[in-house]
Amino acid sequence: MAIVHEFEYFKPGSVDEVVKLLSDYGKDAAVLAGGTDLVVRVKDGFETPKAVVDIKGIEELKRFEFKDGHLFVGALVTFNELIDSEVVRKNFPVLWEASKSVASMGIRNRATLVGNMCSAVPSLDSGPAVLLYEANVVVKGPSGERKIPVLDWFLGPRKTALEKGEMVVGVSLSVLEKRHGGAYIKLGRYDGEDLAQVGVGVLAIEGNEYRVAFCAVGPKPVRARKIEAILSGKELTESVMEEAMAAVVDEISPITDIRATREYRMHMSKVMLKRALRAAVSRLKGEGPEYGTRLI
Amino acid sequence: MKKKITFKLNGEMRSVEVEPNDILLEVLRGKLGVKTPKYACGRGDCGACTILLNGKSVRSCLIFAIEVDGAEIVTLEGLSKDGLTPLQESFIEHNSFQCGFCAPGMTLTATELLEKNPHPTEEEVKEAIAGNLCRCTGYVSIIEAILDASKKQ
Repeated sequence: MAIVHEFEYFKPGSVDEVVKLLSDYGKDAAVLAGGTDLVVRVKDGFETPKAVVDIKGIEELKRFEFKDGHLFVGALVTFNELIDSEVVRKNFPVLWEASKSVASMGIRNRATLVGNMCSAVPSLDSGPAVLLYEANVVVKGPSGERKIPVLDWFLGPRKTALEKGEMVVGVSLSVLEKRHGGAYIKLGRYDGEDLAQVGVGVLAIEGNEYRVAFCAVGPKPVRARKIEAILSGKELTESVMEEAMAAVVDEISPITDIRATREYRMHMSKVMLKRALRAAVSRLKGEGPEYGTRLI
Repeated sequence: MKKKITFKLNGEMRSVEVEPNDILLEVLRGKLGVKTPKYACGRGDCGACTILLNGKSVRSCLIFAIEVDGAEIVTLEGLSKDGLTPLQESFIEHNSFQCGFCAPGMTLTATELLEKNPHPTEEEVKEAIAGNLCRCTGYVSIIEAILDASKKQ
């Protein structure tokens, strides 16, 4: 299927040039990194950019660096690069596990973490992980650089806090001070290219602190603060677990669509929360299941 | 506006004029006569259009041709230029394919896997080929062939 829509192609060599193009073209510009989302959108006619700005020629956006407890993931870093990184596997295991669940190997060779966060679809697999690790999104625009806490980043389906003329140069994550175990569980119809019907991410932090996040069960990925408050300071007994599962209905607002019904998503969110919490706690104790193991 | 791009295709330098909205898969098949990458879903779901771009398996239906200026591309034609690879022999031995439509993508994906990880577990093989759909075989004969090829290398 050939693309009918015509556009101009730019391949700038610096972030400043990108910012200039984005400022000039405004909504008519689309940034192209891996293209796994954009090309489909252009084919389907959902996006009709006048300018496609390919950022793959910009060396600094390939930056992937771990220094003094901070990880910087440049806008061109692909999911497979995250998966191949021992630093990510060791320090940000939920991001690692979530990356493994993104589409397929051939897509992950192109798709980037930053692209996933910029597309900001409700089902994005990286959503729970970046919310749990409280990442910062580093953007550059006409008035310079700013950092946006990821908790303020996602505004709705395909809506982010990015403003006109701005581009994301990378995402920074800081290592948690305390030891933690975690889990990301994705429910899909099949392995491979399917989007999440439900995604649940959990961190169990030493001292019985917990962080919980969901994706694909609301307009944007969310942290589940009520559940976190219920769990805080407690061992995961049956009754605590039940209380947490009962609070799921207050945290999410799933819809019925082609992939699942609202009721199924709601039910599975509870089941998956329980499994993710159990896996996270046992991983914190240094017991299995290994990261990347299928939990559902 | 048309632009001339030059890239290495199966070991040879090739130049071709493309529009910014030309999809790489269509340029390979329609303009350069490379027919093993197949057009099926057109949205990255099925893996039939898989090629190796700078050594990595990617979906050529999700790439604008203009992006690959200066890159290196290998398709099945290039992979088996000097005869079948041990992996391909293994596919034949195991009768892995029936209609063969998924075979080019499956072969390139498995080639990348075995280069990166010469002795994968069954789980790792399944993960690697999860994005390559086969509607004939139920995958068993494909997985067995890949594992078998890995044991022999």
